[in-house]
Amino acid sequence: MTPRSATRRSRNPTNGLAHPAYLPGSEKECLVSDARPWADGGPDMIQLLTPEGEFVETAPQEYRDIAARLSDDDLRGFYRDLVFIRRFDAEATALQRQGELGLWASLLGQEAAQVGSGRALRRQDYAFPTYREHGVAWCRGVDPVNLMGMFRGVNHGGWDPNDKNFHLYTIIIGAQTLHATGYAMGVQRDGDVGTGDPERDTAVIAYLGDGATSQGDVSEALVFSGVNNSPVVFFCQNNQWAISEPNEKQTRAPLYHRARGFGFPGLRVDGNDVLAVYAVTTAALDAARSGQGPSFIEAFTYRMGAHTTSDDPTKYRLSAEVERWKLRDPIERLKAWLAHMGKADRAFFDQVAREADELGADVRARCLALTDPVGTDMFEYVYGEPHPVMDAEREAFTAYQGSFEGAHAESGAGDLEGSHA
Amino acid sequence: MSANPTTPIPVTPESEGPKGDGPTAYPRTSTLAKGITSGLRAAMEHDPKVILMGEDIGKLGGVFRVTEGLQKDFGEERVIDTPLAEAGIMGTAIGLALRGYRPVVEIQFDGFVYPAFDHIVSSIAKMRSRSLGHVELPIVVRIPFGGGIGAVEHHSESNEAYFAHTAGLRVVCCSNPQDAHWMIQQAIECRDPVIFYEPKRRYWDKGEIAGEPSRGLFEAAVVRPGTDVTVLCYGPMVRTCLQAAQAAEEEDISLEVIDLRSLSPLDTGAIVDSVRKTGRCVVVHEASTFLGLGAEIAALVQQECFFSLEAPVARVGGYNVPYPPSRLEEDFLPDLDRVLDTVDRLMAY
Repeated sequence: MTPRSATRRSRNPTNGLAHPAYLPGSEKECLVSDARPWADGGPDMIQLLTPEGEFVETAPQEYRDIAARLSDDDLRGFYRDLVFIRRFDAEATALQRQGELGLWASLLGQEAAQVGSGRALRRQDYAFPTYREHGVAWCRGVDPVNLMGMFRGVNHGGWDPNDKNFHLYTIIIGAQTLHATGYAMGVQRDGDVGTGDPERDTAVIAYLGDGATSQGDVSEALVFSGVNNSPVVFFCQNNQWAISEPNEKQTRAPLYHRARGFGFPGLRVDGNDVLAVYAVTTAALDAARSGQGPSFIEAFTYRMGAHTTSDDPTKYRLSAEVERWKLRDPIERLKAWLAHMGKADRAFFDQVAREADELGADVRARCLALTDPVGTDMFEYVYGEPHPVMDAEREAFTAYQGSFEGAHAESGAGDLEGSHA
Repeated sequence: MSANPTTPIPVTPESEGPKGDGPTAYPRTSTLAKGITSGLRAAMEHDPKVILMGEDIGKLGGVFRVTEGLQKDFGEERVIDTPLAEAGIMGTAIGLALRGYRPVVEIQFDGFVYPAFDHIVSSIAKMRSRSLGHVELPIVVRIPFGGGIGAVEHHSESNEAYFAHTAGLRVVCCSNPQDAHWMIQQAIECRDPVIFYEPKRRYWDKGEIAGEPSRGLFEAAVVRPGTDVTVLCYGPMVRTCLQAAQAAEEEDISLEVIDLRSLSPLDTGAIVDSVRKTGRCVVVHEASTFLGLGAEIAALVQQECFFSLEAPVARVGGYNVPYPPSRLEEDFLPDLDRVLDTVDRLMAY
């Protein structure tokens, strides 16, 4: 038996388990400048506003044109959305820390990706979110308190998706991309694509994260939408982390490259640049509505906070990385540009800050006022048609609960502590 | 692997009829498979939102030819040849239902439903609850199931208990052409998602289809009255149990055979009424017995018929092994002799 060397032999990095050291073409340069691959998004990334708030005059004309059509009111509205959503998110995180929510999935850092894409939607378009799209919900007009129900444990969502064309939050990773694709197939069958009527032509947007791209469902959604030429935009917020697993545990190639293999366009946009996100999403949705089929947008962004309030990112990522991304903050760059361009002044920014605090107080009050469901609600919505098991179990539950001293004879529910009070 | 004729597929009245012609007159004789075909046709004519989705269901008409002729008459937009991906089929069916369509999904074989399991259990079954009743998903999932056709692996399974276990779903199973024709239409009309099991080895059984359904979708049928032992069965086992009852009669044992038809919800009234009368009960299914439908029914019967029972509730089912190679399936599947062997033991109490 040959004795083992006293020192460990070095391994060929291209032949072992290490992350491949190569990246195609220009992506290589990203490796040089940053600790993790692709950390600055690379030269293919579309950007209209630099982190310092300077307009990128060399950006593709198509996207500069779309941004140029935005009025000053629109631009100030974007700023307002970004600030409001961040404030709402902070309030929800605080509510979780105070025990009023069981969990919260913060969108901190991803505001521009959500507001830019959410504001590109038309009334008739339909959005299929993950569980972190609070900013998109805001843009669709969904009451933010509705988003808190599932995190407070009073329901599993519960809003009417067709009210604002914003589907329920989906926790099963990637499943919503197929639901969105099917919905888009329905849009096609309804003839609501390519008519030229801006009030009628409809696109669907499917939100997903970088981790979701590893799910088979996402690949199947790309297949189904591709072969059906369905009007769906896959909007992937690459926030670099799927809980504790970084991009390189999910993919070897940049995510936006993936679309080409499914036969439709994919691009990477600076997800912290609300103007660029708005522009590329507007173009993609227009293409979908006009019958040009699906597309894939990778919004390159960063999850500034934890995955959820139950997570501890200090165990798996360096604070230096977070500090770098703070310099790319989506709100600060828009604020700097608006001020520089004279599109907004200090009074406006102060006003927005005050209104954001009012929003925070309002959602806090209404969150605390959310009523708990009653026990018999468990049986109410399982089936649409009469069901003997539901009837029997509701009756048994009611009788059992009513058998305790002090139970309300009529309440029929487990709500014995009077939490409605 | 299915019957794949080397000669051209014989032209049937269903595939030849002009568009919009509808089913032929009632009553008529039909195979079970063509009973479903004409049921699907009637549902599609009745409601333009009904669409069919599945692998090879268009030009080919499905590997069992159940959708034969429907794409020709209703078009590719309503009879969709999907990519070969069951999760994708089920996930997009959900989206189509959210848009107001009523998808009828064909799973090619029982053993291929598992990639779609997540969408069925996590999304389809729960959507109504999680939306507090705002969203309904009236999706029908057709699954040819069961063994006895000499198939290769994954083509002979009986996985109904997985779905019957899941709240929010309804699970039904037809056993004859009349039910096949009408139950599929009732399932499509149902506001709730329905898993629709089709006994593939009985696809070619012939019978009469009447001009209206025999009963509600979720009602059991006493297909042979009797007095000594209640035999509860569904799908492919109904014919087996009727044959057993015939043989038992020659030995002066009277079996009451009940075709459950609905596996979730169970028609508990029909089961309880019968067992209280006979005092003996055996549940027969192809699925493995451990935690199968028979286990739930045995629990129900001991609870509701305790003072009427003359013998323990018995089960006859597949052994608790993976479905065996087809040369062994006669040993694996319940047959007339195994049913009667169990009946004998019950009668000995």
